Amino acid sequence: MLESFEALKNWKSAIREQATYRLEILVCAGTSCLSSQADTLLEMFTHEIHEYSLDAEVVLTPTGCFGFCGQGPILKIEPDNVTYVQVGADDVKTIVDEHLNAGRIVEHLLYDPPGQKRSTSEAGMPFYQKQHRVALKKCGVIDPENIEHAIKHSAYEALGTVLHTMDSDDVIDIIKQSGLRGRGGGGFPTGLKWQFTSTTQADEKYVVCNADEGDPGAFMDRSIMEGDPHTILEAMTINGYAVGANQGFIYIRAEYELATQRLFKALSDARKHGLLGQNILGSGFDFDIEIKLGAGAFVCGEETALIHSMEGYRGEPTTKPPFPSDVGFRTLPTNVNNVETYANIPSIILEGQRWFQSIGTKNSKGTKVFALAGDVVNIGLVEVPMGITVREIVEDIGGGVDGDKKLKAVQIGGPSGGVITGDDLDLPIDYDSLQSAGAMMGSGGLIVMDDDTDMVEIAKFYLEFTEDESCGKCTPCRIGTKRIHEILHRLTDMEGTPEDLELLEALCNNVKNTSLCGLGQSAPNPVLSTMHHFKNEYEDYAYRRKKTSYSIDADKCIGCTRCKKVCPVDCISGSVKTVHVIDESACIACGACDDACPVDAIIRP
Amino acid sequence: MHVPSMQSLDLEEATMGKEYSSVRITINNITLEVDHGSTVLDAAKQAGINIPTLCHLDLHDLDAINQSANCRVCLVENETRGNLVPSCAEIVQDGMRIQTDTKKAVQGRRTSMELLLSNHPKECLTCVKNLDCDLQELSNSMNIKDIPYQGEMMNHPVDDSSGAIIKDPNKCVMCRRCMTMCDEVQTVGVLSPLKRGFDVSVGTAFHLDLSETSCTYCGQCVSVCPTAALAEHPHVPNVWRRLNNPNRHTVVQIAPAVRVAIGEMFGYEAGEISTGKLIAALRRLGFDGVFDTKFGADLTIVEEANEFLERLNNDGPLPLLTSCCPAWVNFIEQKYPDLLDIPSSCKSPQSMVGSLSKTYYANTMGIDPQNIRMVAVMPCVAKKAEAARDELAYGEQRDVDYVITTRELGAMIKEAAIDFNNLPDDSFDDILGESTGASSIFGTTGGVVEATARTAYERVTGKTLENVEFETIRGMEGLRKASVTLNGRTINIGIAHELKNARKLLDSIRSGESDLDLIEIMACPGGCIGGGGQPFHHGDINVLNKRREALYTLDKNNVRRKSHENEQVKTLYQKFLGDIGGQKAHKLLHTSYSKKLRI
Repeated sequence: MLESFEALKNWKSAIREQATYRLEILVCAGTSCLSSQADTLLEMFTHEIHEYSLDAEVVLTPTGCFGFCGQGPILKIEPDNVTYVQVGADDVKTIVDEHLNAGRIVEHLLYDPPGQKRSTSEAGMPFYQKQHRVALKKCGVIDPENIEHAIKHSAYEALGTVLHTMDSDDVIDIIKQSGLRGRGGGGFPTGLKWQFTSTTQADEKYVVCNADEGDPGAFMDRSIMEGDPHTILEAMTINGYAVGANQGFIYIRAEYELATQRLFKALSDARKHGLLGQNILGSGFDFDIEIKLGAGAFVCGEETALIHSMEGYRGEPTTKPPFPSDVGFRTLPTNVNNVETYANIPSIILEGQRWFQSIGTKNSKGTKVFALAGDVVNIGLVEVPMGITVREIVEDIGGGVDGDKKLKAVQIGGPSGGVITGDDLDLPIDYDSLQSAGAMMGSGGLIVMDDDTDMVEIAKFYLEFTEDESCGKCTPCRIGTKRIHEILHRLTDMEGTPEDLELLEALCNNVKNTSLCGLGQSAPNPVLSTMHHFKNEYEDYAYRRKKTSYSIDADKCIGCTRCKKVCPVDCISGSVKTVHVIDESACIACGACDDACPVDAIIRP
Repeated sequence: MHVPSMQSLDLEEATMGKEYSSVRITINNITLEVDHGSTVLDAAKQAGINIPTLCHLDLHDLDAINQSANCRVCLVENETRGNLVPSCAEIVQDGMRIQTDTKKAVQGRRTSMELLLSNHPKECLTCVKNLDCDLQELSNSMNIKDIPYQGEMMNHPVDDSSGAIIKDPNKCVMCRRCMTMCDEVQTVGVLSPLKRGFDVSVGTAFHLDLSETSCTYCGQCVSVCPTAALAEHPHVPNVWRRLNNPNRHTVVQIAPAVRVAIGEMFGYEAGEISTGKLIAALRRLGFDGVFDTKFGADLTIVEEANEFLERLNNDGPLPLLTSCCPAWVNFIEQKYPDLLDIPSSCKSPQSMVGSLSKTYYANTMGIDPQNIRMVAVMPCVAKKAEAARDELAYGEQRDVDYVITTRELGAMIKEAAIDFNNLPDDSFDDILGESTGASSIFGTTGGVVEATARTAYERVTGKTLENVEFETIRGMEGLRKASVTLNGRTINIGIAHELKNARKLLDSIRSGESDLDLIEIMACPGGCIGGGGQPFHHGDINVLNKRREALYTLDKNNVRRKSHENEQVKTLYQKFLGDIGGQKAHKLLHTSYSKKLRI
């Protein structure tokens, strides 16, 4: 039981002074790597370490996400600073024999991409070079189920500082000045939101962590909770102190079993040590946290729907105003924040608002975690300073478009977001710049799309999701998303008409303007964005009832006939050494010719 | 030293968070002051600006406000922010600037309607709400002549299990008015949205038939439904069949609340008393006998006052609860089965008249009771279910065979091309047709217990009651208390309308807190005048008020204002029933209740 800030600091010192092991094996135990059998690796390592009587010398640490998910399972050996990628069960013995016992690096397990230098550590990987891990600071460094690891890395020090040296208003000031904006997608200034709840008068107030992370393919929040749960608990306690709440809730989607488990463990450990509960660190401040599970609804990521779900009602949004800072959980003032927003709080307190301001752009401070996926070479979880360009993320961090393809679009913001094209790749990642380009930051989904992508199909895919997830309360979302989806289906089923395009655009704008909550208001975004940038694909479906076809660049074609040979519908004409031509009315845009062409002469207008 | 000007002082006060009692808003360039807490819709009304609404319902005298802001038909544009806001729910902020008819707002509202219509059956011509439907009215006023969005439509099963209410989710626009009535006004809570997204429908737990739920059939959901998603179970075809059958002697009775409302279906103002024309119309429809439910009401009072005095003099059980409201009987059987010794054992006036029509009337007129069919015209949908109760039959003979609502009768009269407005006044039959003023007020909250008080007074004191109007019992508040002194003994009276208030009364009885001796409960807001079978009020509370006033007028205009003064009732006892509360009276005019288990 820590009864003072001093006690916490002493504990940290004591942990740091503990004798260290000769070697530490950090194995990623996030959901992604676990699904690639990292748990087997952990078992085998445990067994082998014991077999070789290395228990006193080598410690095995399961950690949170390293980020380079496409190369998983990943493990790191410290203090050697060696990273092994795509480690399989068969490699365990080799690592133990070679590296642990003989001190030799296992070359074939190093990151060695074609056409690039092989590297022994993250420093040598282009994937990491432009990243700046703040929210993910402790992920991949500590065992998330061991509070001592967290303490060793300064967990709860920010809380101690806040409770013992600051007023609640001081805290709010710092967060306001830092420029932190909500990381769940809304981008609302966090300090201001805290201030609203702080100034509302009430006998009881609440803080809520929105861990519902519903965007398909997004796993930023999941990784933070799996890899560093104490940071969230600490940040929520600081939030409670700042706004005058003694009770916090974490609303986490039930599908996040591992994260939930780790949060429960962290809660239990924190309580045991007096870091949660009554009189925290002897400050006189009481605060505790309860976990509430979601029940499988994307709409419950919307703060009012989330609150009603917690209250036991149907997870449906209600109109704002009133805002939760006035009328929230149990009609009392409630401050809802996203997981990643919280993950930044302790760092801001410890390093100061100036430090946070020094990262990012004028209006978007700090970093953002993205789930980088799609047709890109390097897939994984990345954290970058705001202001970095989309190009840097896609090319430098992502390694560019996978295969021999060209970049067609980058989808940002999940089902609420839009696309930007190659023309806008130099846009900085910044709430306002993305907004003015017709895209949005969103919660952090970033999907790279190559030129084989059918943009109308993409829009249809997102509408299938939002139509299914609509709560059904308001007319435009309940019926509108269905009708939008039906029009997209008509188009891709080759049954569309030119009127459908007009209808589609008008309906999308109206659903956007009239829906009751953010789900309906943003559901049409993927359609509007793709219609704007890829009008020709929509027109080909609507006017000509065909997919936008390929064509051959006459300047590049060498007449090798390879494309003609692979075309499944026989729509390419030309003889040897003459420029070939694709009959666009017959082309089904399968991409086979593009794959076959040795000189990259196949283009998609 | 800088002395702050008056203006900047005001600003200082403003920034100190002082609340103003009135707020300034500019709508369509008209600036006006409205009360703090008003909605944009309230302000628009004040400024004479019309904004269409659908899900909105504001009966705040009855505490029935539906403000879910989900239909998205009442959207207007907030000029400052450029976004669309629902005027029914948006609270006016000082300095707000609203434009109701910008292109964005108009197109937004229109799209909401077009989407609703794209998912709505197009069978207006044969729909029970044809020409009386809020959705039709809106579509017409917005001049929608084309529905651009065609696609899948809802396909849910229709629930006609209850014989009282039909629920057709395919006509539902998800306004949630029914849920507001059922959850908040009646605290029965049978309806909820099920599933999500396009598949959503308003339904019952586990998709049970209404008849298996704790629905009391009060019909308030029907009275506020803007479409025919919730409607009464039709019995008119059955009635025509009986009328057209030469072997049947079909008789009819009319409830008090019907005669002050049916005129609304023929262009009259609410509260027009159409008794004479109504009887004439019924005879022209072919009914062989036209009786007055008010006769039954007088009879109920005579029996019930007797029962009350018996309980009063024999140590209980008290309080006595009046029991002519079938929705409230359903409520107590399901939710308070431990208090079933408290309701009066008297049948409702409808059932008493029904039971007598097959016995007393049949005997007196020499008609074989097997051929008699009794139709009751009621302001109520629950009465349809009451008529079907096992307890309300005499052997094979049901007390009442069919119940039709005020609306259904109006439709029958129109169907028969009867020129209602020009009918000469007619009168009830000489048997089962006389009534006193006391029975008129049965249709409004407080009326039954006031009628009971008039008779109880004279029976207990033996004196003539000079002032028959018990002002303390009257009123529209949901839960009221009054007391009456009979021979030095104070009788505490409790009156509740709306089941949420009934619940409070019953809870206090169950807990032992209550000191009440006599209780009246009516499930519908305002009493039967606001019943689920009455012409639709479309959210206008004045309609209910006018109907109520008409009932009190009927009372005043009657020479005899106490139930026991009814001459035909006296004859009934002399010639047929025998003693008040005697064996025959018990057999024909009393019933029993039992615990009913429902979800």
